[in-house]
Amino acid sequence: MDNLLSIITFIPAVAALILAVFLRGDDAAANRNAKWLALLATTATFLVSLFVLTGFDPANTGFQFVEQRPWILGLQYKMGVDGISVLFVMLTTFLMPITIAACWGVETRVKEYMIAFLMLETLMLGVFCALDLVLFYLFFEAGLIPMFLIIGIWGGKDRIYAAFKFFLYTFFGSVLMLVAMIAMYYDAGTTDIATLLTHDFAHETITLAGFQIIGGLQTLLFLAFFASFAVKMPMWPVHTWLPDAHVQAPTAGSVVLAAILLKMGGYGFLRFSLPMFPVGADLLTPLVFWMSAIAIVYTSLVALVQQDMKKLIAYSSVAHMGYVTMGIFAANQQGVDGAIFQMISHGFISGALFLCVGVIYDRMHTRDIDAYGGLVVRMPAYAFVFMFFTMANVGLPGTSGFVGEFLTLMGIFQVNTWVAAVATSGVILSASYALWLYRRVVFGDLIKGALKTIADLSGRERAIFAPLVVMTLLLGVYPSLVTDIIGPSVGALVTDYHAAIPVDAAAQVAME
Amino acid sequence: MVTIILFAPLIGALICGFGWRFIGEFGGQVITTGLLFLAAILSWIVFLTPTTATEHIVLLRWIESGSLSTEWGIRLDRLTEIMLVVVTTVSALVHLYSFGYMAHDDNWKHEEHYKARFFAYLSFFTFTMLMLVTSDNLVQMFFGWEGVGVASYLLIGFYYKKPSANAAAIKAFVVNRVGDFGFALGIFALYFLTDSIRFDDVFAAAPALQSTEVSFLWTNWNAANLVGVLLFIGAMGKSAQLFLHTWLPDAMEGPTPVSALIHAATMVTAGVFLVCRMSPLLEYAPDAKQMIVIIGATTAFFAATVGLVQNDIKRVIAYSTCSQLGYMFVAAGCGVYSVAMFHLFTHAFFKAMLFLGAGSVIHAMHHEQDMRNYGGLRRKIPLTFTAMLIGTLAITGVGIPLTEIGFAGFLSKDAVIEVAFAGNSYAFILLVLAAFMTSFYSWRLMFLTFFGKPRGDHHAYDHAHESPKTMLIPLGVLALGAVFSGMIWYNSFFGEEEKLRAWFGVEAAQHEAAAAEGTEAEAAVTTPTEAAPPSETAVEAAPEADATHAASPAVAGAAPQGAIFIGPDNHMIHEAHQAPKWVKLSPFIAMLLGLGLAIQFYILRPELPGRLAAQQRPLYLFFLNKWYFDEIYDFLFVRPAKALGAFLWKRGDGNVIDGTLNGVAMGVIPMLTRLAGRVQSGYIFTYAFAMVLGIGALITWMTLGGAH
Repeated sequence: MDNLLSIITFIPAVAALILAVFLRGDDAAANRNAKWLALLATTATFLVSLFVLTGFDPANTGFQFVEQRPWILGLQYKMGVDGISVLFVMLTTFLMPITIAACWGVETRVKEYMIAFLMLETLMLGVFCALDLVLFYLFFEAGLIPMFLIIGIWGGKDRIYAAFKFFLYTFFGSVLMLVAMIAMYYDAGTTDIATLLTHDFAHETITLAGFQIIGGLQTLLFLAFFASFAVKMPMWPVHTWLPDAHVQAPTAGSVVLAAILLKMGGYGFLRFSLPMFPVGADLLTPLVFWMSAIAIVYTSLVALVQQDMKKLIAYSSVAHMGYVTMGIFAANQQGVDGAIFQMISHGFISGALFLCVGVIYDRMHTRDIDAYGGLVVRMPAYAFVFMFFTMANVGLPGTSGFVGEFLTLMGIFQVNTWVAAVATSGVILSASYALWLYRRVVFGDLIKGALKTIADLSGRERAIFAPLVVMTLLLGVYPSLVTDIIGPSVGALVTDYHAAIPVDAAAQVAME
Repeated sequence: MVTIILFAPLIGALICGFGWRFIGEFGGQVITTGLLFLAAILSWIVFLTPTTATEHIVLLRWIESGSLSTEWGIRLDRLTEIMLVVVTTVSALVHLYSFGYMAHDDNWKHEEHYKARFFAYLSFFTFTMLMLVTSDNLVQMFFGWEGVGVASYLLIGFYYKKPSANAAAIKAFVVNRVGDFGFALGIFALYFLTDSIRFDDVFAAAPALQSTEVSFLWTNWNAANLVGVLLFIGAMGKSAQLFLHTWLPDAMEGPTPVSALIHAATMVTAGVFLVCRMSPLLEYAPDAKQMIVIIGATTAFFAATVGLVQNDIKRVIAYSTCSQLGYMFVAAGCGVYSVAMFHLFTHAFFKAMLFLGAGSVIHAMHHEQDMRNYGGLRRKIPLTFTAMLIGTLAITGVGIPLTEIGFAGFLSKDAVIEVAFAGNSYAFILLVLAAFMTSFYSWRLMFLTFFGKPRGDHHAYDHAHESPKTMLIPLGVLALGAVFSGMIWYNSFFGEEEKLRAWFGVEAAQHEAAAAEGTEAEAAVTTPTEAAPPSETAVEAAPEADATHAASPAVAGAAPQGAIFIGPDNHMIHEAHQAPKWVKLSPFIAMLLGLGLAIQFYILRPELPGRLAAQQRPLYLFFLNKWYFDEIYDFLFVRPAKALGAFLWKRGDGNVIDGTLNGVAMGVIPMLTRLAGRVQSGYIFTYAFAMVLGIGALITWMTLGGAH
């Protein structure tokens, strides 16, 4: 099984191909078949990916399950995972069957819908597994297309605007990244990521158009990559595409967007920005800190006044991603561990919250908070699930939401107490907006006539939520499941990073 | 055994919460209550068996990252045992009481099930509270800390159809989060400084913190003081101390048993527990202790003034709780942690009883809570009256002066006041004044409720009836506690210093030992750092802290023995015992004055209060409106937050960011949208195809360009 990663990556694509070629007709039976095939393929992907998890050796901080073969145009096809990427692969394969199950109620263009999600899964897995720049770029960019289609075709009223906004923002970032990649190739002479990680990119100060650029090429490369990943993340102030995209996206699209697609930005920081351009990263760390801290407070305040449930959760996502960027650039064990943990955990929690919105949207066809109230009277199971994830979202200890937040804050405190204090105040604001949302939707008396007959969670919906509840609780009570796997790789990353910063090293010597 | 105590309530909560459809609501109630009584009995066994050394039980790994390592575990020492007894006893009694109290509830329709949910919440609360008190590190304590917050949120908002209950629940949670903000920063700072969040490691490093400077926000701080202050901010939130107290009176929206359990006996005392638990650190943080004393004393005074004029029976008791918590903090801040725990211990009994008694009155009066509509109830509900009377005697501190005979509050509150005299004259004066007011409002409550003529609805009065046995038995048990707990345990908490030390597991004759140990530890931890050049900045504090950590295993006895720590220079207990007679008499006299005034106002000349209120209208309104804290906070925080949020959204996101970015780069969107709008949305595939081509072209260009 030396091509395990390729198998995982391309099972969904093959299923999509089968759907595209062999499935004919647009009747109920065909639609049902399409859904079942998609569910089967994504489940199979998940089951096969378990081999990766069991076969993965955390103590080895290098790449594992590596596949390498020549490809078209003299390029190479190279895949592999390390402690940083392996859990993103698992997150993707775990969430996709749930996503497919969540769009069981879709009736329009079912076949195409399933194809879009299957292709999306292949491309996302490719991003996390690719070990070659070109391959990475291909997956990273192509992933936009299915998501663009999902929003643009199956989305809400203003879907076209949202889809284009989404596309243009992210595409703009990527163009800069492409330029940077070409520059990297010129500097290092290879597109192999493993080699690039050990390459020492030039960091002598250069003068460009009259400007002195400290950190030279590294700073420029960092900025170019940063543009792309910051948009993906999204970081303040380039976050405004996200609320629009979420609001217009169908439920399953929101789930994938929040739970997995956003993580590509964080993954990119960890794979490229930090280890490849340490000098540039170190220079711009204060900027990232403040962008993160502002993101947390700013978007939490904005979330406080939202009337649209999805928008509120979208803003909350931006705030949570603020903890991630802050943790990554704290560049110590707790910070980076926490950032990865937060990304995994946010995958479960935000996914579940969007599903919670989807549940009542399916029934009432509105996301307006004021249209609800008193749901607990008729939907006790729903009220429980929503409460559980609301609490996880505000970082209640015992849920996975706490661990990530806590570790990133602990990491940042060691580096910058101002940023830590500002970011910690986010826990107050998050409690405010999350409980305020919950109160208006679920609590209160049920007086609105339209809600009198609303039904509680169906068996399918319970089955969708169950694994998410289990994972959120499990990782909250026993986070070592994650930290044991990522720990050594993160440790190596952090050590190498600090070793590569000349200024920092000098300061350390002086201190001793 | 402690493991059983800890998990019995959780199991009960899970069975009752998820399984009541199978075993019935009554089954769920019986199971939770049964398990709680089991836990309570086991707790008393643990409490009464002589303790040897501090026990550590590790249950499971928790958050691990680099040098940070956290476990789920149990720390069993005298402090834990006291809290175990308090929590499980009151909780078990409240469970029992709720059988009667929650049997009928007009807030629910006939077919709605609410009892199982209530009992499950109660048990869940008990579990999180036990996690808090048994924790062996700060992070698990934080788990319990936030866990009780959630349970409290759920129970305050138990009547989820009532908007006021929902608002109160959110307020409680959010205000507590403000405190947690400080607590969390305190934990981060401690980890930064000592490289550990385990109590023993932190305590071992505490002496070194006294001489460490740490940069936090705008300036450098003394590390021990900084951590002490940050942790105390957490305690202020949970224990409703001044500035963060506003949630507690509103929390009375919850059912009365909840008020008794959470908002009187257990959760709100968590802050006091935290301060006592951190005594080995606070002993080296004089400024933080000073702050604790000031805040505690001011709260005790402030809450008492507000309590004077409230009309809702539960709110009076709520402010009284707030005030009594201030007493505990004063004792702790003065460095006599045992007395803080003593008052916590006795207060749990008499305050829970007052609340449950109030609940019994409310139950009898068909959920009327305004005391102005009570009157003359002592003939209708004599048993409740007796219980409330005992509670009032206890809280006002009735006893024989200059002896150790009296109701529980007499012994513990007077002990606090003696400590305050020795420690801080500001606190002493405020506490004596507060004692006077405590006596006044407590008797006011009694007289308005049980004496005089019925003033309210005659129908309600005529149908007032004594509560069922399930409610009266808990009252009886707590009455025993309110009468005897002070006298029985006076010597353990505030007797001869040697005995006290022995009881808390602090080695006898520790004066010298502690001093020696202290210096030894200090020497051990400072030696490695001396090699480094003298440093005062934050960055350099880290290696220093590492050194501390590395050194601590070498100095095995570095973490002080015992449940509390009394610093080598701390002779407060001795000084408090030496307080002159007039000091020891002062709370008693204050109590008598309060009683006399209450008799004058509410028995002899009932027209007086109204006249006085009219005369001193501004002052009356100031007290009645709780010093306008809610209004000020609403003006200072709530409204600006919302306004800022709206502003940032509309202007920041809308005009500035989207405006700029869209204006420059995204100006194409409307164009594209129009284009797309003209054709059917299905044509979006075409655009997608164009994108694929575009990307393909870019990649080709890149590979060809990169080929040479």
